[in-house]
Amino acid sequence: MANKIIAVLEQRESNLKRSAFEVITTTKNLAEQFNFESIAICIGNNIHNIDEIVNYGISKIIHFKSPDLEYYSPSAYTELIAGYAKDFSADSLVFSNTALGKDLAPRVAANLKAGCMMDCINLKKDNNELIAVRPVFAGKAILEGKITSPVKIFTLRPNVFKAEKVVNPANPEIEIIEATSLNLKTRVIDIKKSEGKLDVAEADIIVSGGRGLKAPENYKLVEDLADVLGAAVGASRAVVDAGWRNHGEQVGQTGKTVSPKLYIACGISGAIQHLAGMSSSRYIVAINKDKDAPIFNIADYGIVGDVFEILPVLTEEIKKIK
Amino acid sequence: MKIAVCISHVPDTATRVKIGPDGKSIDPAGVTYIINPYDEFAVEEALKTKEKVGGEVIVISLGSDANKESIRKALAMGADEGILLKKEGYFDSFSVANSLADEIKAQNCELVFFGKQSVDYDNSITGQLTAELLGYSCVSVVVKFTLDNIKIIAEREIEGGREIVETELPAVITAQKGLNEPRYASLKGIMASKKKVIIEKPAMEFNNLTEIINLSLPPSKQPGRIVGTDASAVPELVRLLREEAKVI
Repeated sequence: MANKIIAVLEQRESNLKRSAFEVITTTKNLAEQFNFESIAICIGNNIHNIDEIVNYGISKIIHFKSPDLEYYSPSAYTELIAGYAKDFSADSLVFSNTALGKDLAPRVAANLKAGCMMDCINLKKDNNELIAVRPVFAGKAILEGKITSPVKIFTLRPNVFKAEKVVNPANPEIEIIEATSLNLKTRVIDIKKSEGKLDVAEADIIVSGGRGLKAPENYKLVEDLADVLGAAVGASRAVVDAGWRNHGEQVGQTGKTVSPKLYIACGISGAIQHLAGMSSSRYIVAINKDKDAPIFNIADYGIVGDVFEILPVLTEEIKKIK
Repeated sequence: MKIAVCISHVPDTATRVKIGPDGKSIDPAGVTYIINPYDEFAVEEALKTKEKVGGEVIVISLGSDANKESIRKALAMGADEGILLKKEGYFDSFSVANSLADEIKAQNCELVFFGKQSVDYDNSITGQLTAELLGYSCVSVVVKFTLDNIKIIAEREIEGGREIVETELPAVITAQKGLNEPRYASLKGIMASKKKVIIEKPAMEFNNLTEIINLSLPPSKQPGRIVGTDASAVPELVRLLREEAKVI
């Protein structure tokens, strides 16, 4: 009997998130490499784009459905997933390392007595074992490890694993399970959105500001550039601690660790705890007056100059090509 | 009410990490250890809660004698008692959570605070694991916490917003930056902490469910190109981002 692997997919506002498709592709690839049987699970009420899963290589999905499951309920979600994993005799589960995945995966793990490898940036096969690669110390070191318990749980850092469409998708087999007698002891009763802004943890492009901007009102220069690029706005610890920006925007060891395609650091000198949080970005641009700023040691492209002069011109130049 | 705060003792975030001779851990030479930054928010919230509802705050930490320094810091902030669960060597989140759950049960604490993650191994799972092992409710990454009798309303940070979560005691709360402003230990607090007891006992042994194979430094990035020194360099930067990096 083949071993079994479950892709746990996250929905927000009735749609599977982009990171869910990264989980599908990765689960599909692992299933192929290890000759596992794969299945996807999603919890929610209506899920409009559920048919799309087949395009990424998993055709079978279990959808636990209830109006009470539209918002996250840690207690209900944990029972449903752990219960299903036991019934299905799953060997491995794959989650995305999002706010929801980070909360849910360990709870499911405790129920299944499963070891966890969180925030993986690579999963590789070595001697028929699955080795997880994950950043630790906010990216200052890279850990390779394995799980020794029979059931294994992995969470994937968003934006790192590819979501790849397959050539000949199968027909979707969607099994809807109307979920009843839910354990709603812990549940989300409402969501407060922060002004519809993109989050640094999920953005392809991030424009971040630091103390070089001199005053909170000058952050508009960073926001304007982020707007034309469709980017998220990030911040250094210094400006968060100074109260200019919310902690949700902080990039670094006591903020978020990010890996966007492009990271533009404006007036950030590059303290070691900041570099740890963003040095795995694919391309880094630094704009800073001080030519000796450590940020230039890891930047792909740098301009040694004044952010007040450069940022408005950069915003205008990008507007031209958009 | 008995409130527990679980804290870890970690390398300062300004640490430049070097790999130890075993290739599986960091070289502790020259490293300054501090109370995990997120745990300070946990201690503060525990103290605020005690001030509101009464009771006592017990600080629990698992590790070596060195952890006493961080326990003392929490005692100086105002916690009543410290417990050091002594353990050497490698222990993963699962074995830590098991040991902590065991002690929390023995202490009969109804409310437990953790930092949302420790800034060394960055798993961010010990609080949730402990809660599940205890059968407690849990809200993680909390930026606002209110307790009314046994009912809890907490706000947790998610991508692009906050979730408002309702639950009840007994519960585990993991603290995110922004939850509060941790107080500084007063001189009086520091003096008083010296008289407070840190109970030391061996941690209950539990198996690890994970194994570290190798720890290494990330590939060092080569410094790139300085495109220019004023705004005249901007068109070239935009061209590079478009044509060479292909990211915009």
